Amino acid sequence: MNKDILKINNLSIGTKVDTKINLVDNISFSVKSGKTTCIVGESGSGKSLTALSIIRLLSPQLEMSGEILFNNEDICNMSELQIREKRGLDIAMIFQEPMTSLNPVLTIGYQIKEAIAVHSDLPNNEINQKVEELLMLVGIPVERLSSYPDELSGGQRQRVMIAMSMSCNPKLLIADEPTTALDVTVQAQILKLLDDLKSKLNMSMLFITHDFGVVEDIADDVIVMFKGKIVERGEVNQVLKKPKHPYTKALLGCVPDALGKKQLTPIDYEKLDMAIQRL
Amino acid sequence: MKKLLQTNNLSKTYVQTQGFFSRVKTNIHALDNVSFSINQGTTMAVVGESGSGKSTLAKSLVRLVNLDAGSVKFNGVDLLDLEGEKLKSVRKDIQMIFQDPYASLNPRLNILQIMEEPLLIHNYQDNDARRKKIENFIERVGLKASDLKKYPHQFSGGQRQRIGIARALILEPKLVICDEPVSALDVSVQAQILKLLKDLQREFGLTYLFITHDLRIVRHVADDVMVMRHGKLVEEGKTDIIFKNPKNQYTKDLIQSIPGLISKRN
Repeated sequence: MNKDILKINNLSIGTKVDTKINLVDNISFSVKSGKTTCIVGESGSGKSLTALSIIRLLSPQLEMSGEILFNNEDICNMSELQIREKRGLDIAMIFQEPMTSLNPVLTIGYQIKEAIAVHSDLPNNEINQKVEELLMLVGIPVERLSSYPDELSGGQRQRVMIAMSMSCNPKLLIADEPTTALDVTVQAQILKLLDDLKSKLNMSMLFITHDFGVVEDIADDVIVMFKGKIVERGEVNQVLKKPKHPYTKALLGCVPDALGKKQLTPIDYEKLDMAIQRL
Repeated sequence: MKKLLQTNNLSKTYVQTQGFFSRVKTNIHALDNVSFSINQGTTMAVVGESGSGKSTLAKSLVRLVNLDAGSVKFNGVDLLDLEGEKLKSVRKDIQMIFQDPYASLNPRLNILQIMEEPLLIHNYQDNDARRKKIENFIERVGLKASDLKKYPHQFSGGQRQRIGIARALILEPKLVICDEPVSALDVSVQAQILKLLKDLQREFGLTYLFITHDLRIVRHVADDVMVMRHGKLVEEGKTDIIFKNPKNQYTKDLIQSIPGLISKRN
């Protein structure tokens, strides 16, 4: 079971206006089947663009090149119709802001139902039954089916998003900072839920975050991005405990730790640049 | 140690009306008999989830929210009784740093104007003296005097937060209320800002009321901590003691939820 479900080769993303600027610069990585890979980085490091390019949701003003192999099929060369077949069914995505990604004028039951109906021709009553099962799976009482998003709390909304993304048993789940907007106790619940579902449904996960604490909790493998490039990758304990790249080391020095009273050391960019040049 | 701020039974109730015709009224206790005190020169952290009343507490201390009951003693003066000129002079001593550096700076003013405003309100000396003071403070927070001509959109989030800090400190306050000052920032910038706040505290002998939801940060900045839930103070004490030996179940749950502590795969 060590097959790569997703393989990205030499992916670059740039603007159409100025072809010299690469927002994501020639990155390659793979996601192992049944494992969680975390992409960590600061704002502007290109982590979200990488995620969006995998389900081809990049803004039309951006251009990408390279190869994205999902189960050995190149996503980059698919037509809009083919990729639409994949979205939701094989590759699902959860976004950061649960309020902006749900439709405020439709009930959550309707929205989950829609996600299933797009990819299946089950009769209505079977779909309804499936919606109820999904809600139970993510821990929302079935009576909330006819609620609108604004009647739910932030954590519940994110659970609805997870239910929608799980609706077709995707093989790969891309989660773009799914817990950043939530309270810590809710965050802990959602992380546990995602991890449970992952093992229950044998799914792979590409998890994007900027929080090293979250990485420690959920990741099997870690990729660190800096200015559009991958600077470090490896197994989670190795990257967090024995980082090799100067940027990873510097970044870890800024993270307040959960247990002790480690001294925080802000990044000294001049030193960092020198250390990177020496590599 | 001298107590800079002492509050007694602060209470604030918001009334929420539901339904268009029925007008069902429910009371929300944003603050429910909260009493605490802060020693001069120390940092008190307030933790709690959204809706726990942390921000209402902060706003009530700068009199942006009117309390239903309770008393606030600041530096020996009863804050809630003050009016007019007296209130204005005390306000100089309590300043606030806000969460969102994008929303708390006026986009139509340049940095010089933003920083000058508090000085003008409090009739600080003449033009030259003001200018000198502003240049002093902007350099103290790590920006250049030449940045004063620029507008907020020309700065990054971390730089904007520095401007917010400089603006709060320019009146040389005694108490600074920091409402989630680093929540919107990247970890690398967060570390810079936390260090800056700590250095400034040492230099000016500041007292901080530090509102946050991140318990990892609490450990790094705070001497004392109070945990709030549904407007009530559930636990209060020295940071080290509370982290080592939390008494209240809710505090235990919060500490358990710190990312990086959840024991993996069980």
